[in-house]
Amino acid sequence: MNGADALLQSLIDHGLTTIFGYPGGAVIPLYDALTARPEIRHVLTRHEQGAAHAAEGWAKATGKVGVCLATSGPGATNLVTGLADAMLDSVPLLAITGNVARHLLGTDAFQEADITGITLPVTKHNYLVRRADDLPRILAEAVSVASGGRPGPVLIDIPKDVQLEAFTGSFCPPRPRPSVGTVSEEYIEQAKALLRGARRPVLVVGGGAQEASFEITRLARAWNLPTITTLMGLGIFPAADPLWLGMPGMHGSVAANRSISESDLLIGVGMRFDDRVTGRISGFAPKAQIIHVDIDASELGKLVRTHLGLRGEASDVAARLAEGAEPQNLHPWWEKIREWKGRQVAHAAWGAGQAIGFLCGQLAENDILATDVGQHQMLAAQLARFQRPRRWLTSGGLGTMGFGLPAALGAALAAPDCRTVAIVGDGGFQMTMQELATLKRYDIPVKLAILNNSYLGMVRQWQEMFNDRRYSEVYIGESNPDFGILAKAYGIPSWRATDASELAGTVPSWLSCPGPALLEVVVPNEHAVFPMVPQGAALSEMIEDDPAAVQA
Amino acid sequence: MSERLLSVIVQDEPRVLTRISGLFARRNFNIKSLSVGRTEQRGVSRMTIVVEGDDRVVDQARQQLEKLVDVIRVIDHREEKYVDRELVLVKVRIEGPDQRVEIRHIAEDFRARIVDVGRRALVFEVTGDEGKITAFIEQMRPFGILETMRTGRIALTRGSNAEIQSQRYAPGPSQTLEPILPPSPSSKESV
Ligand SMILES: Cc1ncc(C[n+]2csc(CCOP(=O)(O)OP(=O)(O)O)c2C)c(N)n1
Repeated sequence: MNGADALLQSLIDHGLTTIFGYPGGAVIPLYDALTARPEIRHVLTRHEQGAAHAAEGWAKATGKVGVCLATSGPGATNLVTGLADAMLDSVPLLAITGNVARHLLGTDAFQEADITGITLPVTKHNYLVRRADDLPRILAEAVSVASGGRPGPVLIDIPKDVQLEAFTGSFCPPRPRPSVGTVSEEYIEQAKALLRGARRPVLVVGGGAQEASFEITRLARAWNLPTITTLMGLGIFPAADPLWLGMPGMHGSVAANRSISESDLLIGVGMRFDDRVTGRISGFAPKAQIIHVDIDASELGKLVRTHLGLRGEASDVAARLAEGAEPQNLHPWWEKIREWKGRQVAHAAWGAGQAIGFLCGQLAENDILATDVGQHQMLAAQLARFQRPRRWLTSGGLGTMGFGLPAALGAALAAPDCRTVAIVGDGGFQMTMQELATLKRYDIPVKLAILNNSYLGMVRQWQEMFNDRRYSEVYIGESNPDFGILAKAYGIPSWRATDASELAGTVPSWLSCPGPALLEVVVPNEHAVFPMVPQGAALSEMIEDDPAAVQA
Repeated sequence: MSERLLSVIVQDEPRVLTRISGLFARRNFNIKSLSVGRTEQRGVSRMTIVVEGDDRVVDQARQQLEKLVDVIRVIDHREEKYVDRELVLVKVRIEGPDQRVEIRHIAEDFRARIVDVGRRALVFEVTGDEGKITAFIEQMRPFGILETMRTGRIALTRGSNAEIQSQRYAPGPSQTLEPILPPSPSSKESV
């Protein structure tokens, strides 16, 4: 047995049997060992970035560690965007790279890149393996680091000669999830006292509460709390519940942003007060006391003035806060909120908003929706109604164009019983569209909708609003490919819709087609996403509806 | 600007120093001095870091340090009584025999040892706390300092307890947590 075999055995021992990867010289021993391991499914993507995002999609849909594999040098550097994305969105990701043989390390050898150096700031931890016998221990530790506490990406770099070295060590069982310790009862009581005293409370739930959906829902209902889910938290609290106010932040709902701005108590669970969520931080929840619950102590008090910082598991804290709840009379508060909830953006009879609203309306409760980054992403976040966690996959912290298609691919493989739909922009799609080949090769039934507005829409919107319409390098319509022919070239069936009735007519056959399927939705070009909190403004200064539409 | 002394016990892994200095650079924390050495335990090193910044910033730095996998323990010397020392080597120019005598007298006052005697220069070694070191350097300055090298402060907690648990942040309403970011004028952000 050599190092490569030992690594694969360790992966199997940890239940990590799907790998998204791409071969190359420095990982040939690993790929060779794969041929004798039918237990492991290797999914060949068409670019290492695709492999990283696919592994992220896998992880986001399941909560388990996603695995990607690349060769040294350019293969490894192609993973960097995915690692950075996973770092900011706390996605448990394991990246394995090959490297040049140990005696060549540091000599600028062919396809050598100091990937442990390069990825230092975008991984929770990384390892350069120096002996084959260390592999099982390092893998066990890496999996534990990636999935424990606040999850995140971990990279293991394995020189080629270590892969080939004879293995004489022993294997390590998976480690139990490290416990973070519980929040003491005293602090829970203090939080409850704040809840009892609050007349205008809000609960804000972020992606860190992914495993606490049940407890969060109980907490909100027990205290009758207006509940807001951040971009990363969509689906953790059921959108069908009348307590739900939508998403906060730059493109958040009127109800979410106004209620945060007026609240006297804000309970943030598993969220990190990102600037896209808070707007101008000095104007964020100016009247509120803040209780912040997070598993990562360094988040407590990092960005906002925090009156009670509780380090712990979201599920544990939420469950204990729900117990013995003493719901208060919040009638006047709910009156106000109901009025805000009534204020919805009016979408034109045909346009991006209407189209995405229609597509989202077709989703069943168990469907997974992935998006890319841009206007279509924000519209989907506003318009989709998720009832369950892990059904919404989007790149939040890094805002990575090109995320949507490969992430959907990974999720579809992870959750074959769910239908997976991806909505992407015509710009971002072209950043990772080579993964159509992966869809085809493995017949992965992702339903891919391209919202074609001929623009890098979100940037165009900013240039329209803040740069006097000086459009600079955002028009891509003249050189967009014919998406239908492109799909055909890959052997994937496609549909096209250019108005509301065509959309309604094509969607059923697109969605019910057995394998991968592409739908191009051609929408009027210059549309903007509202509500919007301009950069540097407070949430209370949000522009609720399209000024142009309101005037007209 | 205020400063605080942290001791960081780390796994002696390759790059551990880079991880720590990179973390400080990335998050805009200022290191005034950092010294590293092996400990009595195999595979374990110890750093003393003098961090500049107000309490909020240093608390944040400490919490970020505690997240690093190779960091075994962070000791905040604000919470633990400690002794600290710094060592400095100072090379001073000597013009004539009179000066030699005068300099030796000053050195005696500081318990400085002469570790190299040259025809035109003496090298002193002084140990002490930061104030003493700085005072010595100031006394030598008029003679002409050719070179100095300071180790930076090193610290150990007082008492017999060698297993000091790093004090984790204890959440509580008594200590409202102030954010580390001062409200900044709105700058251009990115899409
Ligand atoms: C990799 C990357 N490059 C650039 C950006 C900046 N950016 C954010 S949104 C956007 C426009 C996206 O256009 P498109 O994919 O067509 O989606 P739309 O906004 O039109 O829905 C750009 C360029 C980004 N987020 N990611």
